Amino acid sequence: MSRGGFISVAVAVGWRNVHNYFTNPAFFLPGLLFPLFFFTAFAGGLSRVDSVPGFDFEAGYTAFVYGFVLLQASAFGGIFTGFSVARDFESGFSRRLMLAAPRRGAIVVGYWIAALTRAGFNVMVITVVALVSGLEIVGNGVDLVGLYSLALLVNAAAMLFGSGVAMRLRTMQAAPAMQVPTFLILFLAPVWVPYDLLTGWVQAAASVNPLTLVLGAGRGFIAGDPTKVLPAFAVVAGLATLSVLWARGGLRSAERVA
Amino acid sequence: MSRSTLAIQVGMLARRSVVRTLRQPAMVIPALTFPLLLLAINSSGLDSATRLPGFPSDSYFEFALAIAFVQGALFSANSAGTNVSNDVETGFLNRLSLTPLRRVALLLGQLAGILALGLIQAVTFLGVGLVFGAGIKAGVGGALVIVAMSLLISLAFGCLGAFVALRTGSGEAVQGVFPLLFAALFLSSMSLPRDLIETDWFRTIADWNPVSYMLEGIRSLVITGWDSEALALGFACAGGLAIVTLAATSSALRTRMVRT
Repeated sequence: MSRGGFISVAVAVGWRNVHNYFTNPAFFLPGLLFPLFFFTAFAGGLSRVDSVPGFDFEAGYTAFVYGFVLLQASAFGGIFTGFSVARDFESGFSRRLMLAAPRRGAIVVGYWIAALTRAGFNVMVITVVALVSGLEIVGNGVDLVGLYSLALLVNAAAMLFGSGVAMRLRTMQAAPAMQVPTFLILFLAPVWVPYDLLTGWVQAAASVNPLTLVLGAGRGFIAGDPTKVLPAFAVVAGLATLSVLWARGGLRSAERVA
Repeated sequence: MSRSTLAIQVGMLARRSVVRTLRQPAMVIPALTFPLLLLAINSSGLDSATRLPGFPSDSYFEFALAIAFVQGALFSANSAGTNVSNDVETGFLNRLSLTPLRRVALLLGQLAGILALGLIQAVTFLGVGLVFGAGIKAGVGGALVIVAMSLLISLAFGCLGAFVALRTGSGEAVQGVFPLLFAALFLSSMSLPRDLIETDWFRTIADWNPVSYMLEGIRSLVITGWDSEALALGFACAGGLAIVTLAATSSALRTRMVRT
């Protein structure tokens, strides 16, 4: 298959999923509403928490919550695309697609285009809402590139993880197997308060959670005080690489039954 | 139709509703595990909020315990709505409309499943709370009132789910309403007492949101003791919502049965 063929398959799969996403509220709303609810509930309802002794995030509580919700929206954009992969297998569409596309890697790239578009749209809406409700980003342009690059890599890792599960199990009943680990890794990080203010088992979990580092770096970019940037990028790139291998294994598994 | 016939009809449909709910692990397990998971994460993640001046408890776990009861009740809406929409989609209601079954029997029977799930949730959350060190300041009587209020909240939200299902006849519509109910929970005094909420617009929404008063009713029994004002407001909001949604569900059922 030529490079043009690869690209045309990827674009066609991506376009189909983006079209389905924007024309069906049942697909469109959950991925957008959940991060928005979290943002409004916690940036609005918990803003007083920044008065707790030891809370030392200069950019304010709205920016602190935005750092988390940005990663959450990126991860959900990827995971919800995993649901689309499962749905396509369940309906039989994926089998026909695999017969028509000799280099099946293009199909996965197509789904990633869709995941990126979904996450990009969600992040844009959340950012506008955050700016309207008083978000102040202290970081400069370079910091913003760093922040959104982290979000991009989280989106890719989540999408590839979700697709790997979907291509192995090939049913929508696999949705919890994609959603629950993502939910846990996100919420067992310092979501509402800095790491030092966590207590009990959540602090123990956060200390070994790779996302703690990523979240800290993201918040550092927002505050204009980048911290542990290289380790954070190394962690998220590592997660993305593992997810590539996981998704490739899923694709091989799906090819065997196609 | 005699009263005993009505009781038999209600009993049969209630049995079907309860068995159907309990036989679906996909309905029971998330309704128990998600509120407990959120409670576990919140209570540890936000424990430092108890250091805020004016925070009513020195344990965030005790403060957050009430959230599990209300969040569990939101799952009742989903569960009831999904069951009723399934009855519409499979034609079960069509077939029932050909029988002399009374509408009130159908309504009460459907609600039995919601209450059974609500009771399991309330007892589980209360048990978990006690095992992990939450003291119920209002004592054993308070624990019983918590279960009663929790059932009333489950009934209110369950009727809301059933109403959406009867009006639309679609399980997808029920799923679509679910995030909106979560918004009602998130935009309440879920995470902090209302007088500690700093953001004006959020505090205004929380003041007008009946879910705040349901939470505060349960919370008062856990951390304050017998607070008549919090209890009266909690029962008034839960009872009021239950009456409104029950009336709406009854009306929607009448329309649905006429349509079929």
